[in-house]
Amino acid sequence: MLSAAANSDPQLASFDCRYNGPGAPADGRLWLQTSPEFAMKRLLAAGSGSIYQLCRAFRADERGRRHNPEFTILEWYRVGFDHYQLMDEVAELATLLLGPHPEQRLTYRDAFLRYAEVDPFTADEADLRACAERWDVPYPKGLSGHDNWLDLLLSCIVTPALAAERFTFITDFPASQAALARIREGSPPVAERFELFIGGMEIANGFHELTDPTEQQMRFAAEQAARTAQGLPAPTTDRRLLAALAAGLPACAGVAVGLDRLIMLVCGANAIDEVLAFPIERA
Amino acid sequence: MATYSTNEFKGGLKIMLDGDPYAIVENEFVKPGKGQAFNRVKVRNLKTGRVIERTFKSGDSVEAADVVEVELQYLYNDGDLWHFMDPASFEQHSAGQAAVGDAVKWIKEQDVCTVTLWNNEPLTVEPPNFVQLTVTDTDPGVRGDTSGGGGKPATLETGAVVRVPLFIEVGEVLKVDTRSGEYVSRVKD
Repeated sequence: MLSAAANSDPQLASFDCRYNGPGAPADGRLWLQTSPEFAMKRLLAAGSGSIYQLCRAFRADERGRRHNPEFTILEWYRVGFDHYQLMDEVAELATLLLGPHPEQRLTYRDAFLRYAEVDPFTADEADLRACAERWDVPYPKGLSGHDNWLDLLLSCIVTPALAAERFTFITDFPASQAALARIREGSPPVAERFELFIGGMEIANGFHELTDPTEQQMRFAAEQAARTAQGLPAPTTDRRLLAALAAGLPACAGVAVGLDRLIMLVCGANAIDEVLAFPIERA
Repeated sequence: MATYSTNEFKGGLKIMLDGDPYAIVENEFVKPGKGQAFNRVKVRNLKTGRVIERTFKSGDSVEAADVVEVELQYLYNDGDLWHFMDPASFEQHSAGQAAVGDAVKWIKEQDVCTVTLWNNEPLTVEPPNFVQLTVTDTDPGVRGDTSGGGGKPATLETGAVVRVPLFIEVGEVLKVDTRSGEYVSRVKD
């Protein structure tokens, strides 16, 4: 869970720790993982084959009814799968735990067209603001950035509108929100990424994994530049992941499941605190 | 100027929005796993009582409202303003009609009220939960009727009208719940 490098996604804040014992990195700093993806991809590149892990993950600055800075992820990778096959497997797991439910698969664009009545790929920021106003969704003063507007509409209009009793997979995210997913060329190009929503909650996030080290390095550089522009701390870039990708990551799909939220659904809990022994205020 | 970050948001926190003081009623943190985090809050305008919704980018800061609740003793009404005093410091505050609101129906001299001060000026006045007031007008009492059924209106010394049991007489002192405006009991001397 401790690593010499951290995820540089500007939307994820990592905890950093001091370590000066034997084997310490030069800067004496280690990071708590925001998810196990980098480490697991290094194992995949080393020839592990399909793997799973159930582990803690840590995200600074995330606390609410469905968030705790320390939480549990179930993450697995399937060598040779694409994200569609992996979605089938995620649906199987959800069915096993929650019983059979109707399933719905929507592209990100169709979800926005259907529930917010706006095209996320052609609308500019002014259109997205008008959409928020049309749906009576208050928005922060000075909100800027196309993706930030999309995130607002996704959280405040689309997600609440998804039928609670259905497994809804949203696929084909904007390329700007690819994270670690492959981008499929097209008009517009889309990220081969999916998210599962149940009961108005985001439950899983999966990728047809990016295996190209050059592309990955460019994304890291872009994320670090965005962090600098926003005045955010720049965590150490994961050179070991880049080296693993250069050595060769097998084609695979991977998914992270928010286990605490899945347990919330299993026991009908309304807040993540109900399924945690010690939420952060009592940690 | 004090500010609060969204990380400090919780029910009851007093903040300034568009020049008015508000209290946070509800705070919901929303964030797509790999996306921008927001705090969606319901806030109550402390002047008007109206509840509205606002959304903040998580991490943003808002100005704190200098709002405190104090226990003040009601002194008198000069026809225009209602005057209160801090029984410990003897500091006096005067409140206008808008701040006193419905409390005028219930308070009499020396009652201790919960007064919300904004920048040291009374914003709202809450009467005590229970007050004791003398009946100044009601239909003649029906002796022996203690059933509590039926009832009749009675006017109290402050002008408030409450429903009381049939046996209540003019001149009796009643205990009244100001939150519901309901008669509770007679007060025995």
